[in-house]
Amino acid sequence: MTPEGPLAGPGIKTAPATAPPAEAARRGEQAARIVQRHGALIVLAVLLAVGGATFDTFLTAYNLGNLAVQASFLAVIALGMTMVIITGGIDLSVGSVYALSGVLAAYGAREWGLAGALLLPLAVSGAIGLAQGLLVGKAKMAPFIVTLGGLLFARGLLQFLTEEGSQTYLVPQTETAFLELGQGRLFGIGFPVLIALALFLIGGLVLQRTRFGMRLFAIGGSEDASSLMGLPVARTKVSVYVISGLLAGLAGTLNAAQLGSGVTVIGVGLELEAIAAVVIGGTLLTGGVGSVSGTLAGVALLYVIRDVINQVGGFDSSMQAVVNGAFLVVVVVMQTLLSRARRR
Amino acid sequence: MTTATAPAAAPGRARALGLVRDYGVYFALALLFLVNLVVTDNFLTADNLRTQAVQMVPTLVVALGMALVIGTKGVDLSVGSVMAITSALLPLYLGYGAGLSVGVCLLAGAAAGLLSGYLVAFVGVQPIVATLALLVGGRGLALVLAGGQLKDIRNPQLRELGAGSVLGIPYTVLIAAVLAVLVGLLVSRTTFGRQVVAIGGNPRAAQFAGLPVKRVLVTVYVVSGMLAAIAGVLATARLSASDPSRLGELIELAAITAVVVGGTPLTGGRVRILGTVAGAALMQLIVATLIKNDVPASLAQMAQALIIAAAVLVQREGNGSR
Repeated sequence: MTPEGPLAGPGIKTAPATAPPAEAARRGEQAARIVQRHGALIVLAVLLAVGGATFDTFLTAYNLGNLAVQASFLAVIALGMTMVIITGGIDLSVGSVYALSGVLAAYGAREWGLAGALLLPLAVSGAIGLAQGLLVGKAKMAPFIVTLGGLLFARGLLQFLTEEGSQTYLVPQTETAFLELGQGRLFGIGFPVLIALALFLIGGLVLQRTRFGMRLFAIGGSEDASSLMGLPVARTKVSVYVISGLLAGLAGTLNAAQLGSGVTVIGVGLELEAIAAVVIGGTLLTGGVGSVSGTLAGVALLYVIRDVINQVGGFDSSMQAVVNGAFLVVVVVMQTLLSRARRR
Repeated sequence: MTTATAPAAAPGRARALGLVRDYGVYFALALLFLVNLVVTDNFLTADNLRTQAVQMVPTLVVALGMALVIGTKGVDLSVGSVMAITSALLPLYLGYGAGLSVGVCLLAGAAAGLLSGYLVAFVGVQPIVATLALLVGGRGLALVLAGGQLKDIRNPQLRELGAGSVLGIPYTVLIAAVLAVLVGLLVSRTTFGRQVVAIGGNPRAAQFAGLPVKRVLVTVYVVSGMLAAIAGVLATARLSASDPSRLGELIELAAITAVVVGGTPLTGGRVRILGTVAGAALMQLIVATLIKNDVPASLAQMAQALIIAAAVLVQREGNGSR
């Protein structure tokens, strides 16, 4: 037995000698994947901790509650954008549809009460989404151009309805049920926040647990392969743009309920904020990879950064834009480098 | 060149479709011109044509760079913000002369392009995201540089550049025309132009063929940035005022549309400079036609959206049958 000891020694030793690097590499790879997938969440946690330690008014229920309500509208829009981007598309119309729906909701509330306030904007935003979906899915036009047309169209319709922005539609104060939807709270949490969270839960389940969700990933991964496998590519794409339109419309409706009026000047550039949130959340613009939880973290991150900049003070809105842009570069470069390291 | 893959089943129809696809923008432009001759008062006057030409200059100059970028399968969303940055920079150095001021602006445009190009070519960030960052941050930067204010441009040379003309042709239009010819020659007559098209057509094949892919990509974004800077200078000179908060708003979308309507596909691999010029003219004429005939701006915008959709629908590549 004793002579075998040293003989067996190298045998035993060589196994661990090769194993640790492989395992370390795997662990490194896992770490890289976690950072890429949940980078937004990690940065968010760090920012919350630092912000809470630095500013007394930051980590208060009042401040965070307000922040959450403001963020909920972008969150709802970004949820639809996530689905569109996972299929490899893009939806530039959401900012215009958001503003248009707010005006339609206020108008609907004035004319037909609660039903009008909800149905009119959703019908129009759904129709715009359907038209875009048909052009992208059936006519195979570039999503960028189609939804750019949607952006111009919705903004034009908004200007037309408000007589070139000169007319403001107010939600009548008697429409308490509708106003409550935007201003009410349950356990101290604003209704828009609860609605956004519920939608994200549903969206996550749809993406991860349903056949429809799987199709989105498959189409985004390889449209040709999906089509060869017999997936209903066109129909799925149409649905995705309808969902995105409806969610943008819902966000605008909730916003009108919160503000008590349809504001014509909002939503400009919102599509880019939504795309930024989705990308920061780890969804790839090339399609096929993404998650709604990442998007939620991305939206939260954008708003927390904005709030931290506000708390620091001394920065005006233009400086905030610079910081936002710089931050976007850092996050995207980090993600790209990490995902490249993972592929090697 | 592009009709080579026409299916044998319906050659006549396919050829007709191919013709519409390749020359649709010229047909549309000619048609709109004829419509205007009939319905619009004082359309065919030197004054009106000059106004139309002057108004399309910024979009056209930006679109020339955009055509190159789109040719490589990319897109440059930062052009509007680059225009805003140049508009903010221009008055800052006017004390040292107009030449130096314009030079600084061109450098700034090149730097912006270098940043986008580096992110795209060397880091591997998707073009839309790489340039989105500058779109978001650039306008903020412009406002910070300008102190958030609108400034009058009092420099006589710049005022002359914006308002003057030679033989009845405004300087800005002349400059845009020269740039269009230069970029057109760059695309059709130089190795660089062929490399752009090759990279857009198949990046991997271009890489294997030993083309300097990264260098070409960076160059394309630098050219786009510099052209955006020129557009910013021309627009600022034309206004005789620096307006970093509004200048170049949504111009990235107008330029992309002009390029695509002009026959350059968003999927890259082909660049049509003459088509881009026609596309920019078409966009300008659509808006002018509607507004001159007392159609409200909002309806004009909606009509523009529908016409864009129709134009692209006609032009789309026939890859649906695949």
